[in-house]
Amino acid sequence: MTWYRTVAVGRKEFIQIWRDPRSLMIALFMPIMQMALIGYGVSLDIKHIPVCAFDRESSQESQALLKRFQASEYFNVLRVVDTYRAVAEGVDAGACKLAIVIPSDFSERLRDSSGTTVQAIVDGTDDNSANVAIGYAQAVVSGYSNDVQLDWMRRQGLGQQATVPLRVESRVWFNEDLQSKAFIIPGVVALVMALIGALLSSLTIAREWERGTMEQLISTPVTASEIMVGKLLPYFLIGLVDAALCVTIAVFWFAVPFRGTLGTLLFTTTLFLAVVLGVGYIISVLTRSQLGASQIALIVTLLPTTLLGGFSFPIDQMPAAVRMITYIVYGRYYVSILKAIFLKGAGLSALAPSVLALALYAALIAVLATRAFRKTLD
Amino acid sequence: MEDAGPSVAVENLVKRFGDFTAVDHVSFAAARGEIMGFLGPNGAGKSTIIRMLCGLLRPTEGRAFVAGLDVAQEAETVRQRIGYMSQKFSLYNDLSVVENLRFFGGMYGVKGAELRQQSEWAVELAGLRGHEGGITGELSSAWKQRLALGCAVLHHPPILFLDEPTSGVDPISRRQFWELIHQMAASGVTVFVSTHYMDEAEYCHRLALIHRGRLVALGTPTELKRHALRGGLLLVECAPLGEALEVLAQAPGVLEVAVFGNALHVVVHEVAPAIDALPRLLIARGLGCTRIEAIMPSLEDIFVQQIGAQAARAEAVS
Amino acid sequence: MAEDGDVIVADGLLKRFGEVTAVDHLAFAVHRAEIFGLVGPDGAGKTTTLRMLAGVLTPDGGSAVVDGCDVRQQAEAVKGRISYMPQRFGLYEDLSVDENIRFYADLFKLSRAEREAHAARLLAASGMGEFRQRLAGQLSGGMKQKLGLICALIHTPSVLLLDEPTTGVDPVSRRDFWRILYSLLSEHVTVLLSTSYLDEAERCHRLALLHKGRLLACDTPAELKRRLHGEVVVITSSAPRAVRDTLANADGVSSRVLVGDGVHLVVDVASRRIPELEQRLRNADVTFVDVARSEPTVEDFFVSAVQPDAEARP
Repeated sequence: MTWYRTVAVGRKEFIQIWRDPRSLMIALFMPIMQMALIGYGVSLDIKHIPVCAFDRESSQESQALLKRFQASEYFNVLRVVDTYRAVAEGVDAGACKLAIVIPSDFSERLRDSSGTTVQAIVDGTDDNSANVAIGYAQAVVSGYSNDVQLDWMRRQGLGQQATVPLRVESRVWFNEDLQSKAFIIPGVVALVMALIGALLSSLTIAREWERGTMEQLISTPVTASEIMVGKLLPYFLIGLVDAALCVTIAVFWFAVPFRGTLGTLLFTTTLFLAVVLGVGYIISVLTRSQLGASQIALIVTLLPTTLLGGFSFPIDQMPAAVRMITYIVYGRYYVSILKAIFLKGAGLSALAPSVLALALYAALIAVLATRAFRKTLD
Repeated sequence: MEDAGPSVAVENLVKRFGDFTAVDHVSFAAARGEIMGFLGPNGAGKSTIIRMLCGLLRPTEGRAFVAGLDVAQEAETVRQRIGYMSQKFSLYNDLSVVENLRFFGGMYGVKGAELRQQSEWAVELAGLRGHEGGITGELSSAWKQRLALGCAVLHHPPILFLDEPTSGVDPISRRQFWELIHQMAASGVTVFVSTHYMDEAEYCHRLALIHRGRLVALGTPTELKRHALRGGLLLVECAPLGEALEVLAQAPGVLEVAVFGNALHVVVHEVAPAIDALPRLLIARGLGCTRIEAIMPSLEDIFVQQIGAQAARAEAVS
Repeated sequence: MAEDGDVIVADGLLKRFGEVTAVDHLAFAVHRAEIFGLVGPDGAGKTTTLRMLAGVLTPDGGSAVVDGCDVRQQAEAVKGRISYMPQRFGLYEDLSVDENIRFYADLFKLSRAEREAHAARLLAASGMGEFRQRLAGQLSGGMKQKLGLICALIHTPSVLLLDEPTTGVDPVSRRDFWRILYSLLSEHVTVLLSTSYLDEAERCHRLALLHKGRLLACDTPAELKRRLHGEVVVITSSAPRAVRDTLANADGVSSRVLVGDGVHLVVDVASRRIPELEQRLRNADVTFVDVARSEPTVEDFFVSAVQPDAEARP
C-alpha cells in the first residue's frame, strides 16, 4: 500500500464532496439539526402532567389537597369536573393523564382519624409515565397526609417532637438534577456519528459504479486498501468536525456537563468512526446502487444504535435476550463511553472494556472491508 | 389534405435554451418519399430539430411544416401523422414482440380489428413471423431494430423519423433494414434519419450536415463528395510515413496531409499535376513511394472541410 | 501467427455469460508500436475481450499475455503497464480537466514536473489548453473523449486499450484523436482499440474482424480488401431501385446493395462488366449518371465473409 495513491484517491474524494451541496448539507447541518430536535424535543422528564379534579366534597380540606397538586411542578390541574362521566371522557380524550377523585366524606373522615382514600385514575397507555405519575401523586398525597397527622398531633399536645419517623435522604450522583438531557444528549452525538457513516460513506463506492468511473479505476494499479483508506479519509475528518460540533453544542448550549478529557473523547471517537465508516463502506461495496446502499445503511446502522444502543432506553432494563443482542450493536459501546466521559469524567482505564470492544470491531470491519472489494467486474 | 408541395418544410428554424443556441437558422425541405439524413456528431442539434418536427419542442424562432401542418400551432395533430423510431429507448424488454406492437398501436389510437391486422403486417415487415411470442429483451439488436420500426409504422404515418437506427448493427442486417426503408420510401413515406455514423448516411437520398446547430452542407452523397471538397484527395503509400508527411506538408499545391492507416491522405489543389509531382518530390528526398492515386473523399472529409470553411467565414464576418 | 516482440498475444480466449458465449476461442497477436483494431458490430465480443486484456474481467478459458504479463496470474502487473479507456470512460464529471489529469497522474506516481510537461503537450495537441479549469461534465462529447485519452496517456503506458473511443464524436475531434494516436507510435506505444465503425477500421494498421465472439479474419485493411472475391462497381442514379431491378440477373454480379443515390455492386471483373451494365440500363431506359469502379471497403469484405452463415434467425 502506497501513500501517494491513497492521497490521490483521498484528494479526489474530498473535491467531490466539496462540490456536492447535498453531502455538505448532510455533513454540516444535520448534526446541528439533530441536536436541536432531540435536545429540545425529547424529554423523558415528566412534568406538567394534566390533571382532572373531581372534588365531591368541595371542603376546605379537599381544596387544600388540590392546591398542593396545583402547586407542584409535576402537575397541572386543567379541569375541574363534577361527574364520573366527565372524568372518563377527559381521560379518554387524552385531556388529562391523571384524575383525582376526592370522596364526599373526605374532611369528616380526616377529622375523626378513621382514614380515607383518594382515588387516582391514571391513563395507562404509556405505562412508564403512568407509573411516574402515580409515584408523584402518592408523594403529594403522603405529604399532605403527613401534615394532617402532624397537625393532629400538635393539637393533641404531643409537642414539637412529633416528626416523621423515617425519611430517605437521596443524593444523586453524576446527574444531580436528574435531567434526562444529560442522559440523552451524549447519546445524540453517537446518533449523529452513526448517521454520517450510514449516509455518506455508504454512497461512495456505489456512486463510482453508477457513474461508470469504477471500471477504469480498477484497471489501474491502485489497491483495494488504498481505495478504502483514501475514500474514507475525508469522511473521517468530517466526522471529527461533526463530533466537535456536537460536543460544543451539548456543553455550551444545553449545559450538559463535560467532565472528561478531550484526548479520551478524540481517541474513542476515532475508534467509533472507524467502525461506522467501515460498515458504510462494506454496504457500498456490496450494493452497487446508491439508492440501495443508503437504505440498507440506514436500517443497519441507525436503527440499532437508536433503539438498542442504550440511547433512548436503558440497556439493563431490557429483557435478557435483547440485552444479548445489544452486545453486537457497536453503537452501545460508544453511547456508554460518551455518557461516562461526559458525566463521570472517566478515563481510558475505566472505559477499557468498551474501548476494547470497539477496537476489536474496528479491526474486524477493516479486514472485511478490504476483502469485500474485488478489482474485477465479475 | 395532401398537397403536392414538400412533405416537410423548415424555414429559419431556431431553438435556444437560455444562452445556448441548439439550432441556428436551419432551413431545408423534403419531398414525399425522400430519405433525408441529418448527419452530425452528438450534441450537434439533430435530436433537437427532430423533436421540433415531432411537435415535442416549440421553436424559438422560425417555422416548420410537417405534412402541411405548422408544428407550433398543431403539435397534437402532427403527432398523429408521424412515426418515431428510437431503438435504444422505445421497446419494453420484458414484453413480447406482439405485446410491444399492441402497446404502440394503442398509443397511436389503432384498435380492434385494425390493430390486429396492422400488427400482422408489422410482424411480416420485421421478418418476425413465428417469433411473435418471444421476449423482446432476448432479441439481438438487429431484430430489435426491425421490431422498433414495426412499432413506429403501425398507424401508417406519412412521415417517419429514425434516430440512429442501425448504430452497431452488423452490416448485413443493416443492408436488409435499409431495404425495408427504401421500400417504404418508394410507397410515399418521407423518412428522416438522424445519425452520427457516416457510413449510414450513404443510404440516404439527401444529406444535411449539421454542426453546432448550423446546416453546414446539403446535397446527395455523391454531390457532396464530388463537389464539396475544395481540390482533390489523393492516397499516397510511402515510407517512412512520419517523414513523408512532413515533406508533403510543405509541398506546393498541397492543402492538407494526414495519416490514414498505412498511408497518407493528401488534399491538393489540382489532382493531375500533383500525381505527377509528388512522387518525384518524395524520391528526391530519399523516400519511397509505392502508390499514388485519386480517391473519393469520404463524407467525413467533406464534413471536416465544411466545418473549417464555416469557421473561417464566421471569423471573416466578425 | 504470433512473433517474438508481440506485445499482446491472445490464445483461445473464452468468456461465457450464462448461456451466451461472448468470446469464443479468440486468438490474435498485436505487434509493438502498431494500431490494432478489434472490429465488429454490437455483441461481437469487443468490449469483453478488452476487459479481459485489461485484467478487469477473468477469462473462462484460454490465455492472454500483455507486455509480458499473464492477465490471469499477474493481473495487477498488467495494470501497471497499460492504460485502459472503457466505453463509459472514467472521467469524474465534478472534477475539472486539470483535477482529472492530476488524479490519474498521481495514481502512477508522476512527479509534478513530468505531469505538467506531458499535460501541456497533450492538451495542446487536443486543442484543449484553455479548458483546464472547466468541469469535465461541462465538456462536449468530443472533448470528453480527448480528455479521457489524455488521462490514459499521462503516464506513457506501453499499451493503450481503447473501447470504442470515437463513437458519436464530431469529425474534427475525431481527427485530433487519431492524430494523437499516430503520434504515439514514435514513442513505441502499442494501441489496441475497438470499433463498430467499419470506416474507422481502415485507419488501423491491422484488424481483427469479430463476429459473434469469433475471429473472422486478421490482417491489414489492404489485404482484407484484396481478399474480396471480385471488384466493386458503383452506379450513380436518381432511380436506384429501377437500376437494381434491371440488373437483377446480370452476369457476373454477385451482390447488389441499394444506397441513397445509387447501387453498390460486387462484380467479378469490373473492366469487363461495366460496359455490359451500361448497355443493359440503356436498353431498359433507366436513367443513370455514372457507372464506375470503386475501392472496396472493409465492409464489403465483412459482408462476403459473413454471408455464408448470415443471421437467419432472430
